[in-house]
Amino acid sequence: MSFLSILVFSPLLGILVLALLPKTQESLIKLVGFLATLPALVLALIAFGTEDLTKYDVVKEWIHFGSDASLYAIDYELGLNGFSLILIVLTAIVSTLAAIASIHIKKEWKGYFMLFLLLEIGMLGVFAAQNLVLFFIFFEITMIPMFFLIGKWGYFEKEKGAYSYLIYNGLGSAILLIVIMVLFARTGTANISDLAQLMAVEDANTPSPISESLKMGLAIALLIAFGVKLPIFPLHTWMLRVHVQAPPSVVMIHSGILLKIGAFGLIRFGFGIFPEQFKSLALLLAILGVVNLLYGAFLAFIQTDFKMVLAYSSISHMGIVLIGLGALNEAGIQGAIFQVVSHGLISALLFFLVGVFYERFQTSTIANLGGMAKGMPLASGFLLAGALASLGLPGMSGFVSEFMAFLGLFEVHPVVAAIGCIGIIMTAVYLLRAVLGMTYGKAGREFAGITDIKSVEFVPVLVLLALIVLIGVYPSVLSEPLQATLETIMLGLGG
Amino acid sequence: MDVDTLLSFEWGAMAPEFIILGVATILSIVDLFAPKHLDRKIFGWIGFAGILLALASLINLVGLEPISILYDTFRLDGFAKAFKILLLIGAALVMLLALSYKPKEGMEEYKGEFYYLLLAGLLGAMMMASSGDLITLFVGLELLSLSSYILAGIRKKHLPSNESAMKYVVNGGIATAFTLFGMSYVYGLTGTTNLIEMTNVLPTLANAQYIYILGIAFFMIFVGLSFKLATAPFHMWAPDVYQGAPTPVTAFLSVVSKTAGFVILIRILLTVFGNAFAGNSGVAKMTNFLVGMQDYIAVLAAATMIIGNVVALRQRNIKRMFAYSSIAHAGYLLVAVTAMSSFMYDALWFYLGAYLFMNVGAFAVIQLLTQHTDNEDIGAFAGLYKRAPWLALAMGVFILSLAGIPGTAGFIGKLNIFIGALASDPAHYVLASIMIATTVISYFYYFGILTQMFFRPAAAEEADGGKIRMPIGLGVALVICVVATIVFGLFPNIALDFFHTNFEGFSDFLQ
Repeated sequence: MSFLSILVFSPLLGILVLALLPKTQESLIKLVGFLATLPALVLALIAFGTEDLTKYDVVKEWIHFGSDASLYAIDYELGLNGFSLILIVLTAIVSTLAAIASIHIKKEWKGYFMLFLLLEIGMLGVFAAQNLVLFFIFFEITMIPMFFLIGKWGYFEKEKGAYSYLIYNGLGSAILLIVIMVLFARTGTANISDLAQLMAVEDANTPSPISESLKMGLAIALLIAFGVKLPIFPLHTWMLRVHVQAPPSVVMIHSGILLKIGAFGLIRFGFGIFPEQFKSLALLLAILGVVNLLYGAFLAFIQTDFKMVLAYSSISHMGIVLIGLGALNEAGIQGAIFQVVSHGLISALLFFLVGVFYERFQTSTIANLGGMAKGMPLASGFLLAGALASLGLPGMSGFVSEFMAFLGLFEVHPVVAAIGCIGIIMTAVYLLRAVLGMTYGKAGREFAGITDIKSVEFVPVLVLLALIVLIGVYPSVLSEPLQATLETIMLGLGG
Repeated sequence: MDVDTLLSFEWGAMAPEFIILGVATILSIVDLFAPKHLDRKIFGWIGFAGILLALASLINLVGLEPISILYDTFRLDGFAKAFKILLLIGAALVMLLALSYKPKEGMEEYKGEFYYLLLAGLLGAMMMASSGDLITLFVGLELLSLSSYILAGIRKKHLPSNESAMKYVVNGGIATAFTLFGMSYVYGLTGTTNLIEMTNVLPTLANAQYIYILGIAFFMIFVGLSFKLATAPFHMWAPDVYQGAPTPVTAFLSVVSKTAGFVILIRILLTVFGNAFAGNSGVAKMTNFLVGMQDYIAVLAAATMIIGNVVALRQRNIKRMFAYSSIAHAGYLLVAVTAMSSFMYDALWFYLGAYLFMNVGAFAVIQLLTQHTDNEDIGAFAGLYKRAPWLALAMGVFILSLAGIPGTAGFIGKLNIFIGALASDPAHYVLASIMIATTVISYFYYFGILTQMFFRPAAAEEADGGKIRMPIGLGVALVICVVATIVFGLFPNIALDFFHTNFEGFSDFLQ
């Protein structure tokens, strides 16, 4: 077993151990579930500390179609670059913290943690996969556990939420599968770097020809497929339901990492394989980004449920990713990647706090949580810190990413960028409205007998806040490992 | 024909058929004379052993050169061997299901027939795979059909079973008439029923009028055969028959009978119509007749996928739902036929194999859950995870595989079909897109079953009903199906390499 295979499949060990445990041992199951996320975290951090990432590459023969030995092979290929490594570290961190947040899960812990760990395998694999089919397989592996996690452990309309997740993502991955299969069938390879080379030349030597218009069609299909995941307006409705219906620990994963697969895919496959086509789509991306940003912000302003505020806030923040990508320059793309990481951390923090509140009050509506600063001063403080990070306060990660994304866009499309800036103001407005309503608003309830945030609950909050501040004051922690990846992308885009 | 000629044939090529024929004959005679109180279950085990023996003798023949006996009416080429393996495995699993089948009423007196009719149907299917002549092809088809008609109605005192048999006979009769009518045109044009001789005559028939008649023959045969495949336009029988027939028979129809249908379809399409050329004058303008028909097959494939998946959404009866699901899967297979790429054989063979395991597995679970109560509502699955977690997990694997989720054989099968459809030039983008879109539609009803099993609480009376007892035959079938579905999903090259090394693209198809 190679290093990377162990990293990706290490949660499997936890699944096996859990399978042997009796299902009534609540605390033991929770402990095993938490411990099982640690090996991946440790290995990811080790990888993060290494200079030469190519030494982790794994290639093994796996599936082979047809009788021609050199074509139509799908190998088991894992590898890392700066970007995927950062997302793997993010996945490992958020998974571990979400496992801690799962102490609030009330029933059938065994099934929950087995699915949770399977989900983690899927996510780690998605970022490590070096060919499209393998990517797709891991991508689908994330889908099935999510369906069950939402449908069984969610809130009142959980089954509806699970179905809407399944169907939208099913459609998205169906479109993705078409793109992948067209590429695979017509070129005979699914390897990402091979494809990038083949697509770069006109009339490349492939088993079946790929015309320029077909390439454009594939690029647009790719945009839609990952647009569902990101989500891009108007493909976002499923994601609202998931945010509201899924248990908070699962939403931490969903909002923190699964949504980021959309951005990852756009950058890695969109920009990596179809740079020319995405160049001509750049303005569209920027405009879609601004629409997302404003739409999310305006709707977040009128929500009464804090979970809905955060859901629309996610849509809004993903707009910044698109804005950065639409800029097509180094600053913009770097901003987009920063936003991916930053929002992953911030939304994980905020949804963890939602879980903390829900555990105590069985509600997440803003009005019912009013006046919380009295009863839970610490939790309120953390909530405020999370909100400030989210609205882009300098010194925190949100600021760096928004700043760079807009910096990039102002260089090329100043008008679009100027309109987008309204969104930044709106972000501050809706977040402060919601958070102040909860912490200082009219007391919606009695706080007697309510304990503040306590013991193990501190861990996720503090770790996430520390990372958010770290990226805010010392962005090089991300930009240095990213440098090589960014250069490759810029080279593909023609410098 | 004198004795010497008779003895000069390599009868060893027919060993698997002889074994099945022998076992079926012996069982039927013993059944006649054996005392009434003898438990006929032993027949099932003997039948099962016979199928395994036939399989072993077939594996023994795999490495041989193609053998053709009885004046090219019986051929044992790579194509025949590859698909006979599927037929035998499918029949063996169905036999295990049949052994565990204990409905409340209507089966007591006919237990013996049940087993040897299954064998007779299997024999017909195997003859179809091996025949090199329209006559033997048709005899095989009828042997399979007639056995199936009786099997569908074998619960004599059970009303839906009778209804299903009646519908099956009537529809089947019409379909057979279509096929036969089409075949008669082919005979009229070529003056022979032998497929090999036809391949010599057909390329010379470039006259536009002949081609027109050939076109009619093509549609007649295709429409007639679509009955066996359960594809549009002859799919209407499937829901009623699947619902009424005993569950093992339903599994037989959806697996063995469907595979046999594709076998005969490919044989006729490629040997007869693949060798005819349209276009009247000049070599340059001549196009292969079959290539000209691609669009029509594509339309039927698309219609089949859409009808199957969309109508399945509305079904509450689990067997009806699986009937539509089976129609949909036949549509996916037709996509591979439409594309006619170099991947067609592997795609068809692998998909039929994968479908065999996942579908028989699913029917095994359905049979276990429904046979005691005769309640075939999808609600019978409610709370299965609580009642029998392992059974629920097994069903989960089959459902995910049917839905084409990665990690299962169903996914690899679909992948293979996609490659074929998209690698050919011009590529079938629309058809592939319809296939993917309908796959997503199928998530609705497949995951509906998962919802019942894992999310819903069990109905009250079933909750106290306690343990589900697992009969041994069914348990074995389930384990085989689960293992095969997962193993061929994770390591498909076990099967694909076996296929490529032994049957290398069916290069001996026409020699």
